[in-house]
Order: sequence, then structure tokens, then C-alpha cells
Amino acid sequence: MATDAGTETRTIGPVAAPSIDRFRPLLGLVVPAALVVVWHVVVATGVIAAYQLPTPLRVAETLYGLAASGELWGHVAITLQRVVLGAGLGIAVGVVFGTATGLSRTASDLLDPLLQSLKNIPSLAWVPLFLLWFGIGETAKVLLIAVGAFFPVYLNLSTGIAAVDEELLEVAEVYDLGRIESLRRVVFPAALPDLLVGIRGGVGLAWMFVVAAELIAASQGIGFLLSDGRTLARPDIIVGSILLFAFLGNCSDVAVKEVRDRVVGR
Amino acid sequence: MSSDADGPATPTESADPVLAVDGLRKRYDDTVALDGVDLAVADGEFVAVVGPSGCGKSTLLRVLSGLEAEFDGRVAVDGTDVRDGGSDAVGMVFQEPRLLDWADVRENVAVGLPADVDPQSPAARDRVDDLIETIGLDGFAESHPDELSGGMAQRVALARGLAYDPSVLLLDEPFSALDRLTKADQQDHLLDVWEARDTTVVLVTHDVEEAVYLADRVVVLGGQPGSVASVVDVDIDRPRERADPELVALRREVTTALGR
Ligand SMILES: Nc1ncnc2c1ncn2[C@@H]1O[C@H](COP(=O)(O)OP(=O)(O)OP(=O)(O)O)[C@@H](O)[C@H]1O
Ligand SMILES: [Mg+2]
Repeated sequence: MATDAGTETRTIGPVAAPSIDRFRPLLGLVVPAALVVVWHVVVATGVIAAYQLPTPLRVAETLYGLAASGELWGHVAITLQRVVLGAGLGIAVGVVFGTATGLSRTASDLLDPLLQSLKNIPSLAWVPLFLLWFGIGETAKVLLIAVGAFFPVYLNLSTGIAAVDEELLEVAEVYDLGRIESLRRVVFPAALPDLLVGIRGGVGLAWMFVVAAELIAASQGIGFLLSDGRTLARPDIIVGSILLFAFLGNCSDVAVKEVRDRVVGR
Repeated sequence: MSSDADGPATPTESADPVLAVDGLRKRYDDTVALDGVDLAVADGEFVAVVGPSGCGKSTLLRVLSGLEAEFDGRVAVDGTDVRDGGSDAVGMVFQEPRLLDWADVRENVAVGLPADVDPQSPAARDRVDDLIETIGLDGFAESHPDELSGGMAQRVALARGLAYDPSVLLLDEPFSALDRLTKADQQDHLLDVWEARDTTVVLVTHDVEEAVYLADRVVVLGGQPGSVASVVDVDIDRPRERADPELVALRREVTTALGR
């Protein structure tokens, strides 16, 4: 119909414009690529000693070697498992508390001041206590990550629900939607964008907390690899682990953002 | 139900009123919006409320629909105080569309379906689609509010109110954003629904022509705080001619009562 005409006239118009737009996302790669080149030059020319910073190629070789020997996958898998379990738990509890305090003034008065002050405790400060309580097993790590993921979800959902447009709540009241239905059809959809912002923040913090947990008490995981690299004086392992964290953290962030755009965009 | 013939002749005294407002006074902090409002609306009656901006028309509808918990005086629907569940029988179309912007037109209209109707049932879907057609939005069922014009959104809100099929329907300037022809269509459609469903209607409007064309009675609110300034009976059989000289005369009467 009309759209056919629209696309046809557009192809007649400036042809170059869409092709520039297509490559626009790649612009973000230009600066990192340049940095890698600078990195290589700086190390190769000896400005920075190789025992402090390996060349990019060396890091890639090390990662490849770890992957080929199979050692890498064990570390990646256990770290991913901790993040997934911890973030899942933190998000679930955050949804429960966020919903309760968002809906009930009393729940908010009771819980919010406490949670608001707990959120300011730095992640590392929890580590000794959790080790003491839960030992050095998986429980301590998953719970620590859950603590990290909990707060953004709780804070965003709680404010999101409390801020649902009063005018829409009146609509639900006038049309007698009832408690459950007005939650399902008005309150939760209205607060969904806030929840997704919270989940994105929560997943980000889960990565921060997994490092804290694995650096201090782990015999496996990317964080362990990182501290192992320091013990062995292997900067290539250290930098490789950092890059792994960067890569995985980015993947999860992009995935959550994608979900958010899908859900909220329409 | 009482016929239209004797309804307007004895507008308030016939039978028990469905809506009874006695000495209503509504205050918002320092602003007294309404003071000393008395109004009785009979079962199946169509009442229009006119009055200058800010005189408390929307406030009156909010009280009638049970949204205001605090006021002085007595406001009852079918003999039950609106604060004790009397407002359950009341549906309202707000002055603003107030649509759910994440939901499409069909879903928005379905919000009005009574609680005992399963919105997924084929009958409910048909009913929603019929309503969408009568408001002239067929083809827009899957559109979202941000894709609608102001007048289209207003009609969706009207359809949502009609879906509720209440025994008392309150309408707050439901046609204010519509062009002349669309407005006339929607007014006639509202009359059809009112006649078919025996609904009691209270319609707030700024349009005096609309008020006398549609209503059995035109209540003129005025003053600050607002109260009933006068009541004009429209004792003319339906279907009415918009250009009927009698209607034109009544229009003048209402306009005079409005003080213009
Ligand atoms: N929530 C509120 N808080 C404070 N004052 C209010 C509130 N709602 C209405 N008022 C005041 O009550 C008075 C009546 O308002 P209302 O909305 O009922 O007027 P209206 O007759 O519907 O006007 P319009 O024709 O412009 O829609 C106004 O003076 C207004 O300022
Ligand atoms: Mg108003």
C-alpha cells in the first residue's frame, strides 16, 4: 500500500544516507581498536615492561591456550552459574520486597529505612561475614551476589509501583477491577519499565559482587583466575580475566537491554 | 420503567430517584468546590449538567462515582450511600481519556467490561469489537494510545465506559475533542444505547446545543463554590430535530441561565 510507495521514493532519494546509518554502530569499535594498537606499540617498544603488561597478542594466546586445554570453560561455567543463581535470587527477593513496599505504606515505613541504609554497605564489607556464616562454599558466594542484585531491583520497583499514575488507579476503581486485576492490568504493567531498569542494574552489580566473592574465597571461577594470575605473576592471565569479565558483563547487559526494549518498546 | 412521556413532566418527584444528592458540600483544602448542591435524577433519566469552567462539574461526577471519600451532605445511588458501595452501579467516562498506554485499543476498551465477564471469551471479544466499530475506530483495534489523535483517544475512553454497561453512566465532556460530524454521530449513538439499555445518564458538557438536544433536563451549575443555579426541562419528544425552533428557544434559555 502506501508503505510501498514510501520505500520506493526513498530509494530514489539520497542512496548514501541509509548505508552510513547501517555502519554507525561500528563507530563504537574505532576507539577500542585504536587503543589496542597503542597498547601493542607501547609494550612492543618497551615503554611499559612486558612483565607488567603483556602484548594484546600474548593475552589472546594465553586465553586461547586456556580454552584449548579446557581449563577456561570450568572457570567460566562456575562464574556464570554463580551470577545466574545469585542474580536470580536477588531479583526474586527484590520483586517481593519492592512489590510489598510499593503497595503498602505500612510495609514501606517498616522496611524502607532499613533497606535504604543497608544498600550503602560496600560489597566487600559483606564478604567476611558471609564466609563466617556460610563457609567458603557456593552458598556464601551466591548469597553475596544476591545481595548485590537485590537492591537495584527493590529500589526501582518500589518507587515504580508507588508512582503509578493516580488517574489510572481511579480508572481501575471506577470500573471495579478489584485488587488482583488492577495489579495485573494496571499497576504491574505501569511499573514494568522501572522493574527492567532495576534488573539491568541488578545484573550489573551481580558481576561486581561475583568478583568480590571469587577474589577472596574461591578455587575456581574467573575471579579466582584473576587472583591466581597475580600469585603466579602472570599479567597475561590477569588482563585476560579482566577482558573475560568485560565480555561476559557486556553480553548480559546487552541481553537484558534487548529484553527491556522488546517489552517496553511496544 | 417510567415512559419518557411522564418522566420529564414530573422529573424529580416520580418514583424514587436513582441518584439523590442533598446538601452536598465538597471542599479541597482551602477551595470549596461545591456547596449546597441538591439534585435528584430519576431512573432512566438523561440529565445534562452545564456550567462555567471551574464551577465543580467534574467534582460532582467524582463524588457521584464514589472517588471522593470525604464530603458533607448525602449522596446516594439507589438509596445506598456512594461511600457504602452505592457507587458500584456507576460507571464514569473521565474528562481526560486516561488510557493505558502500554495496551492496545481493544485491551483498553476491555478494561470496562464488567468483572463477571471473561475478557477472553468470544462474546466479550465481539462486544469489544462492536464498540470499537460504533466509535468509528475499526481498523485501530491493535493501535496503541500514542498512535491515536486526541479525539480518537476520547472515543476509546467512551467505548470503555459503554463496555461497563452500568445502570448509571456519568460522562464528563465525552465529545469535547470531536469534530461536528463525528460528535453528532456519537451523540446519536449514545442516545441509542441509553434507550436500549435503560441507562440513567448524567452528562457534563460545555456545549449548550448538545445539552438540550440530548437531555430530558439541563441542570445549570454556577457560582464559586458551585451550586445548582437553575434547571431547564426539555420536554420534547425524540427523535429530535437539532434545528427544532423549540430546542433553539431552550438553548437560549440555558444560555441566559449561564449568564451570558
Ligand atoms: N484535586 C483537587 N484539589 C484541589 N482543588 C481542586 C481539585 N479538583 C478540583 N479542584 C477545584 O475545584 C473547583 C472545581 O473543579 P472542577 O474540576 O470540578 O471544575 P469543572 O466544572 O469540571 O471545570 P471544567 O469545566 O474546566 O472541567 C475548581 O476551583 C478547582 O480548582
Ligand atoms: Mg471538568
